[in-house]
Amino acid sequence: MTTELPTDIKSTSSEIQIDKPSSKWLPPGLALQKVDEKIMTLNVGPQHPGSGHMRLIVQIDGDYIVACDPDPGYVHRGEEKMAEYRNYITNIPHLERPVIHDSCNILYPYVLGVEELLGIEVPERAKYVRVIAAELNRCIYIMYWLAIYGIFLGHSTMFMWPTGDRELLIDLMEKMTGARVTHSHFIPGGVRNDLPANFEEVCLRQVNYFEKRIKEYAAVFYDNPILIARTQDTGVLSRQDAIRLGVTGSVLRASGIDYDVRKKEPYDVYDELDIQSIVMTEGDAYARSKIPWLDMMDSCNIIRQALQKMPKSGSVRVKLKPNPKGKGFDTVYKRVESGRGSLGCYIVSDGKPEPYRLKLSVPSFRNLIALPYLLKGEKLGNMPSVYWSLNYWPVEADR
Amino acid sequence: MSVIAPDFKLSGFIKSLLDNIFWILLLFVLIGLPAVFMILIVIEMPIIDGELLTPFLALSYLVNPTRTLPVIQAFMTTDIFRVMAFPGFGFAALLAAGTIFAERKMMAKIQLRVGPFYCGKFEGILQLMGDGLKLISKEIIIPAKADKPIFWAAPVLFVATAAAFVALIPVAPGWVVADVDLGLLAVFAVIGFFPIITILSAWSANSKYPFIGGIRALFQMVSFEIPLILSLLGVVMVTGTLNLSEITASQSNFPWIVFLPIGAIVFFIAMLAELERIPFDLPEAESEIVAGWLTELSGMLYGLVQLGSYLKLYAFAALFVVLFLGGWNGPMVVPPFPEEIITEGIEMGPITLSIEGLPLLTQEMLNGTLWFVLKTVGVIFFIILPRGVFPRVRVDLLLDLGWTKLIGLCFINIFIALGLVYAGVLGPGGLQ
Repeated sequence: MTTELPTDIKSTSSEIQIDKPSSKWLPPGLALQKVDEKIMTLNVGPQHPGSGHMRLIVQIDGDYIVACDPDPGYVHRGEEKMAEYRNYITNIPHLERPVIHDSCNILYPYVLGVEELLGIEVPERAKYVRVIAAELNRCIYIMYWLAIYGIFLGHSTMFMWPTGDRELLIDLMEKMTGARVTHSHFIPGGVRNDLPANFEEVCLRQVNYFEKRIKEYAAVFYDNPILIARTQDTGVLSRQDAIRLGVTGSVLRASGIDYDVRKKEPYDVYDELDIQSIVMTEGDAYARSKIPWLDMMDSCNIIRQALQKMPKSGSVRVKLKPNPKGKGFDTVYKRVESGRGSLGCYIVSDGKPEPYRLKLSVPSFRNLIALPYLLKGEKLGNMPSVYWSLNYWPVEADR
Repeated sequence: MSVIAPDFKLSGFIKSLLDNIFWILLLFVLIGLPAVFMILIVIEMPIIDGELLTPFLALSYLVNPTRTLPVIQAFMTTDIFRVMAFPGFGFAALLAAGTIFAERKMMAKIQLRVGPFYCGKFEGILQLMGDGLKLISKEIIIPAKADKPIFWAAPVLFVATAAAFVALIPVAPGWVVADVDLGLLAVFAVIGFFPIITILSAWSANSKYPFIGGIRALFQMVSFEIPLILSLLGVVMVTGTLNLSEITASQSNFPWIVFLPIGAIVFFIAMLAELERIPFDLPEAESEIVAGWLTELSGMLYGLVQLGSYLKLYAFAALFVVLFLGGWNGPMVVPPFPEEIITEGIEMGPITLSIEGLPLLTQEMLNGTLWFVLKTVGVIFFIILPRGVFPRVRVDLLLDLGWTKLIGLCFINIFIALGLVYAGVLGPGGLQ
């Protein structure tokens, strides 16, 4: 059942042919198309239970998908423009809104970039605290993703279990930062608060229990014969196509490419920690869904290492001036490995307290690009599993 | 907008009570009394102990058990009772309602939640009633381009077909609504209606998702009816009858699942597919096709389809019990009716009552019903269980399972049955 990917990357745009050029512009999906009687156009979304905040214009011939045209943008919030009107500190709370489940990681490249712009040196302890927070947040995000993957495949237990077990880590983050999801914890120069007393012990205990718990998911979900039959060999993304389409994160690693920003371009203290970036070579929906789960176990390992190596005392933030400014015209690009893949932040400063331009390069959008190629020729029943295995978060893609 | 409850006033409370009493009396006088007289005029009432039975007399019987019992007994022999109450619709609906509650609580326990909790004093036991009231009070929205008569008729037909299926199930010796000699064939005929009703409902909605769902349901039901029917051939061979009551009676020593386990397994899997339960709930796969063929149904139309599908679930579970688990057969656990009550009566305070008992509620009937219900509940448990542990299958995997694996297993089962009959293990001179 391997799908032959089009050799020409631009080919899907030729699927939709406008019958006669209309003077009035119509959004995609509403434009008049040459109608083949065999082909039915389905508008999956934005209120479809299997779409998220986006629309997929799926054309099906019987049970086979002929073409798929993703239409994101329903939750566009203008984060990048908003960032130009706020100074470097007030940007923090709203920049984490695109992925509130992964709020530490989406803030990470911005904070690293601002530190480089302002020339701030971060204390050692703060770096470890950041790594712990980022890894905990990665687990929180993946649990949410896994819950939705479960319900997309009709497995309601796999929806309830991760949502419940995620509470463990959310409680931990609440102890650490004071907020359950939108932490606003990372600031240029360190983190906002020091760890509470006794945190290391509680964190170790909860992370150990969490790891034991997620290992139980294998029995009910990952080793389930129906799941394997359904997702194996569906939506296969070959190694070459993965590179050509520019996917990142778990999708890239599922296609056999060992690329993890934490390993290739270590930031903060990731170079001192032992990171296994998990790689699978199948490139199908099953591998793409299994890698985040294995990533969580890796994250638990990293947290344990960081807790061990962290300096037991010391400051966690550098005192900043009230309204920090960059030094003249300057640009900086930083990226981190988020729960979905490489997440970059490009900041242009013109010496004012606000950034001149801020650009987020998000993994969700880059992974979404692969969707039309993966869905072409698949069955309609594979649509949810392939779509959500791309580790795509609609709100982040729209920014 | 939130509504704030007004302060409690005793005068207002008493006034509302009086209002209610007034309306009840008014409605009783205007509707109740004419209805009673209509009954008296239209229906010929029986004469009991030389007295003409009127509704008022029947009310007065309520205080005198010795006079009530013959009336109840007379009612229990009527067809209305069989169709509406005991082996028929009422009994099945009660079990179906219990199934819905048990399913929700069981799913909750598997998924580490509490499930329905607040409605009703005990563990949300009234949740189903609340859901039903909600569905009744909802507006029924019909798509503008729908074929309206068929769209309305399909849910009603669905419930009617499910109820017809229920009518064929023997619950206890002699307690069956329709005791037909070709009972099993009648069951197949009734099952054959479901895909037609489903596709009618799906097509008449004139909408894309119901259409895809309806086509999927058609695929699924048609391709699983064949293994369903073939898996029962083994039982027919060893019993030599199609009458469901006789099939049940033939299992007094061993249930057929002991001899024909493959047939039972195939029937169970095909049953899950026919019932559209997870892992075979493709026609209602919400992440792919919204709600499948139920997408455009709203309000009580949806409620009727749900009622029908749970009646169907009960009926299939009961059919499994009747064919493979021995139906009403089981050890006698119900004690016989004590003889001294009939001869001496019961002393209740200052008076002594002599109750003759209901000859219809025999020990066999009560015992049979008990075993039947216990076995059916067990089968329903195993029908619900996959929902907690399996994801949904895909259409091609489903058709592959139905057409290649299950049909092959059915033939193996038939050969086993033939072997058992020819070897003399079963049949005349054998174990049964």
